[in-house]
Amino acid sequence: MSLKYLKGVATLKLDEAKCIGCGMCVQVCPHAVLEMSGRKARITDVDMCMECGACAGNCPVEALSLKKGVGCAAAVITGLIKGTEPACGCGEGGDCC
Amino acid sequence: MTGNDDGTAGQEESVSFAVTGEYRAADRRASWKARWGIGRMKMRIKPGLYALGSPDPDSPVFASANYRLSFDALRTSVKGDAWLLVLDTKGINVWCAAGKGTFGTMELTRSIMESGLGDLLSRKEIIVPQLGAPGVAAHRVKAYTGFSVIYGPVRAEDIPSFMAAGKKAAPEMRRVRFGFADRMALSPIELVNFGKYLLPAAALLYFFGFRADAMLTAATLLSSTLLVPALLPWLPGRAFAIKSAAAGAIGLAAAYPFLSQDLFHACARALVYLPVASFIGLQFTGSSTYTSLSGVMKEMRAALPVQGVSLAAGLAMVLLRRFI
Ligand code: SF4
Ligand code: SF4
Repeated sequence: MSLKYLKGVATLKLDEAKCIGCGMCVQVCPHAVLEMSGRKARITDVDMCMECGACAGNCPVEALSLKKGVGCAAAVITGLIKGTEPACGCGEGGDCC
Repeated sequence: MTGNDDGTAGQEESVSFAVTGEYRAADRRASWKARWGIGRMKMRIKPGLYALGSPDPDSPVFASANYRLSFDALRTSVKGDAWLLVLDTKGINVWCAAGKGTFGTMELTRSIMESGLGDLLSRKEIIVPQLGAPGVAAHRVKAYTGFSVIYGPVRAEDIPSFMAAGKKAAPEMRRVRFGFADRMALSPIELVNFGKYLLPAAALLYFFGFRADAMLTAATLLSSTLLVPALLPWLPGRAFAIKSAAAGAIGLAAAYPFLSQDLFHACARALVYLPVASFIGLQFTGSSTYTSLSGVMKEMRAALPVQGVSLAAGLAMVLLRRFI
């Protein structure tokens, strides 16, 4: 069973016109959100996206865009308190986020 | 053996440090400590190039974080001779470091350059864990260093099959899992984090004669740190705040029969303890492998005010009954 997070919030967008079909995004996505359909990438289920940014960062032609971040309540709270973007407060820890 | 903890071991005079693929009792102890959040600062491996076995110019190169558990998983999973390039991620595991960018394009580029790997190898190629991909842009690393980045499998244990398949990962090896064991591994940290406040609080309540509340505080702590990860797929809703409130309700329901409380008090207690469980459970969004920032922001904007109001209302009800 695969767990799904909130519906309709993930910010991932694919500009198919830019895509050159290299398949890099399909390789790096840990949730199989992307697949190849013919010579272009395609978003399967955007609600599975955790906004890790791996796909966009590894796309050589910037066909993918999203608001990258770590889905972490503690980070959001730290961000609110400090008035910054969500910041992982785990510092030097190991299994923090 | 490994250049571990204080970085003493290893052969400083050669280009690389020597390591073995053995998993020893000390490694198991380190893993257990990390899970409970003990001595995390000591979990660092000295960054640099390591020789696993006796690698030659044709041996594969694997990148790792300088977090001991990441490194141990790698060196014990790679069967055969290899080069291990340990990046300086400040002792943080690959995925978290990739999210922060410390396991990233620049650090990978710097490490490759400093290691002198370019002259050691017959072909410029480095295997990077897939979970490092959020911080690494493969095409940039290629442009800066000439090295091709090949993304390895998510789990180190799949490395042998990945290598056997000609450095190709089957789709299953590319997906993160979040099974029961993965989820329960996250429990101790939260239990320690919140237990250090809630257990003394429960003890105080007990000491001052509020035995029911002492018990409910403990029940809330256990349900929000143990039941939430254990029952995650079956708890109602998708939002962690709701799932965790439900887990809290299970905890209260289990405790209520032991307490002689009328309906008014039972309701007041629910208003107090459910938001606490909901808040604690929300913390699991950080370690869950499928939560997005947009989602967490959305649910927190909705949940925090509700949690606050509920807590205040419950406390008001308890006090009201006491003084009227
Ligand atoms: S951001 Fe991460 S989870 Fe979302 S599609 Fe890209 S690689 Fe997959
Ligand atoms: S990485 Fe970019 S160019 Fe390559 S398939 Fe994905 S979207 Fe297309």
